[in-house]
Amino acid sequence: MISPGLRQKRRREALRNVAFLSPWLIGVSVFFLYPLISTVYFSFMRYDGFTPPTWTGLKNWQYVFTDYPFFWPALRNTLWLVVVMVTLRVIFGLGIGLLITKVKTGAGFFRTAFYLPYLAPPVAATMAFAFLLNPGTGPVNNILGAIGLPQPGWFNDPHWSKPALTLLALWGIGDLMVIFMASLLDVPQEQYEAASLDGAGRWQQFRFVTLPNISPIILFAVVTGVIQTMQYYTQPLVAGKVASGIIGGSGQQVEPGYPDKSTLTLPQLVYHLGFQRFDTGGACVIALVLFALAMVFTALLMRRGSGFLATND
Amino acid sequence: MHRSTRALIGTTAVALLATACTGTSAAPQANDDATKDVTITFWHGWSSPAESAGINANIKAFEAAHPNIHVKTVGNINDDKIKQALRAGGANAPDVVSSFTTDNVGTFCSSNVLADLKPFLDKSGVDLDKTFPKALQDYTQFEGKRCTLPLLNDAYGLYYNKAAFKAAGITAPPKTLSEFDADAKKLTKVKGDSYSQLGFMPNFHGYESTTTHFAAQWNPTYFTADGKSNLAADPAFASMLKWQKNLVAELGGFAKLEKYRSTFGDEWGAKNPFQTGQVAMAIDGEWRLGMARDAGVKFDIGVAPFPVPDDQADSYGKGYLSGTIIGIASTSQKQNAAWELVKYLTTDTDAVVNFANAIHNVPSTLDALKSPKLDADPAFRTFLEISAHPKSNTTPASPNGGAYQLSLQDFGFSYESGKVTDLAAGLAKSDRQIDKDLAQVK
Repeated sequence: MISPGLRQKRRREALRNVAFLSPWLIGVSVFFLYPLISTVYFSFMRYDGFTPPTWTGLKNWQYVFTDYPFFWPALRNTLWLVVVMVTLRVIFGLGIGLLITKVKTGAGFFRTAFYLPYLAPPVAATMAFAFLLNPGTGPVNNILGAIGLPQPGWFNDPHWSKPALTLLALWGIGDLMVIFMASLLDVPQEQYEAASLDGAGRWQQFRFVTLPNISPIILFAVVTGVIQTMQYYTQPLVAGKVASGIIGGSGQQVEPGYPDKSTLTLPQLVYHLGFQRFDTGGACVIALVLFALAMVFTALLMRRGSGFLATND
Repeated sequence: MHRSTRALIGTTAVALLATACTGTSAAPQANDDATKDVTITFWHGWSSPAESAGINANIKAFEAAHPNIHVKTVGNINDDKIKQALRAGGANAPDVVSSFTTDNVGTFCSSNVLADLKPFLDKSGVDLDKTFPKALQDYTQFEGKRCTLPLLNDAYGLYYNKAAFKAAGITAPPKTLSEFDADAKKLTKVKGDSYSQLGFMPNFHGYESTTTHFAAQWNPTYFTADGKSNLAADPAFASMLKWQKNLVAELGGFAKLEKYRSTFGDEWGAKNPFQTGQVAMAIDGEWRLGMARDAGVKFDIGVAPFPVPDDQADSYGKGYLSGTIIGIASTSQKQNAAWELVKYLTTDTDAVVNFANAIHNVPSTLDALKSPKLDADPAFRTFLEISAHPKSNTTPASPNGGAYQLSLQDFGFSYESGKVTDLAAGLAKSDRQIDKDLAQVK
């Protein structure tokens, strides 16, 4: 039996706790819960943004999964980029970080040289790449041709457009390079010395000393890389538009994902349906698919990653 | 979780959901006093110095005629921005908007994002039939609802390099597609595995060489009377695609042409392939004439209607039509003042003629087309004739904008590249896709 005084005290404590939590509660409600609930709600509605929404049941879901011709190509492209681009970025970022930490002279120059591209605005960087990789006039293909190598179509070829985007992503590796460098420099030197005394070679030192120490950073890089790739929008959009040469107008539709839908990503479809076709319901379905995919990937990685961390610990 | 906490979260969720359900408020009534001092906002897409000067001069003339109405203009606006601004509404949203494409008229009208102009037209006694050509009246309304008016007109025709014609021994522009194909081959000069000059770029990514612009020469019917897609049933589309694919093959094949296309400069810049001499003929709108001259091309430019199919030689002179449209935002609180601007820009003969001359567009009113003040350049007159041709046509408005054009274009890309070879099955599949897309917005 709780006395009324104690009950009142507990209620006051609860209210005080809620008051302390309120900034977080408000933030989560406004910027997470409200958009999430709205997105789920609108995914079942016909809503063009001007007239009141009307209930359509599963129609939007059915349209996106079975009738919308851009959904599956965009999903395949997004998964390709998650698997290939994220993996290569992590490996490349770690590799560059390792090299620069070993450089005896000119480390500052190399750090700057590898970091600077990351600061380039995505639109400008992508346009520059589209120019460099232009199959007809670009210097890259001119050089490849001069030394007798095949000249890919890059952003104009559906088989090469995603590798070209991956090259662009590797060029802007500065963000990962910096965090890997910081983590590599943080590995206790005495562990290398101990391993060396035990007869460990360079590979064994990397495998049994470096990797266990930087594994939380690798996990961080992979998880954030996956989430960023799920939101990959600007670069493929600009690359496709620049390479296609079409800006749109009467009787001239901008083709999503030029060439042949190979640069389509899911965020582009959210914009295409939501802001170009006024189909808020369909756009919400795709947003929820993205949300679910990001959750699944993150959960899987965290699960695998915790095992990885535990093993290395 | 404590019961009170659950109740708090539940209440918040219900409140948020309720807020999400409200939608936008009803469109305001046009009850503002257009004789009082007011500032309205006009969004348009013109951005080049010459175009901006043209529209600004028109706005200045309007303000002189209506001293109480001040116009704040915002240029370089595309349809995506317009849609978002009109959806968001608010004090900074535009009162008047114009768009370079007619593709979204169906969306604008069916979603009520632009105000119905009929009450304004009635109030001002504007007789549409005595003011605008029929084709322009058609592409500015959707299913009987008039939410836009034409603000200048675009007509598509054939541009040709007279020097290249002379060098190839061609004495007159082609009138039928057979003549056109033969001329395109004669004008093509192969250099290595590419070209030093291409007669014509037929690939559907070749800027204005689009499925819809070509199809206009066959007077296609995009939709049946009950609104279903008609691509497979109307032989116009299959004929157009067969003609285009044949020309692609005759000029060197898809891959070779695509590689050559990647050497083209920007369509809207000085390095446009027609202006640089990379292609000897091009399909383009009337604006190209002024742009090419501004870019200082070194050869004489010839213009003519785009050739027609051999079995329709009597309809030579027609072409694809389009144009800029203008409307009033439903959310505007100053619709009467906004109407004064729309009425002036679209129906005042001097305003239309001056603007047409300034930006090298075809005027959009019947009086302006007959005006002696109109640019007398014979080349420009060719486009006036295309615009006035009874068989000239455009793409119809649709509730989901240009989605149906995108489906046709998408199939065109697959067919020209050889990825899809069954033409009839491909068109039927495109029909099904268009119908599904339409069903989604109903």
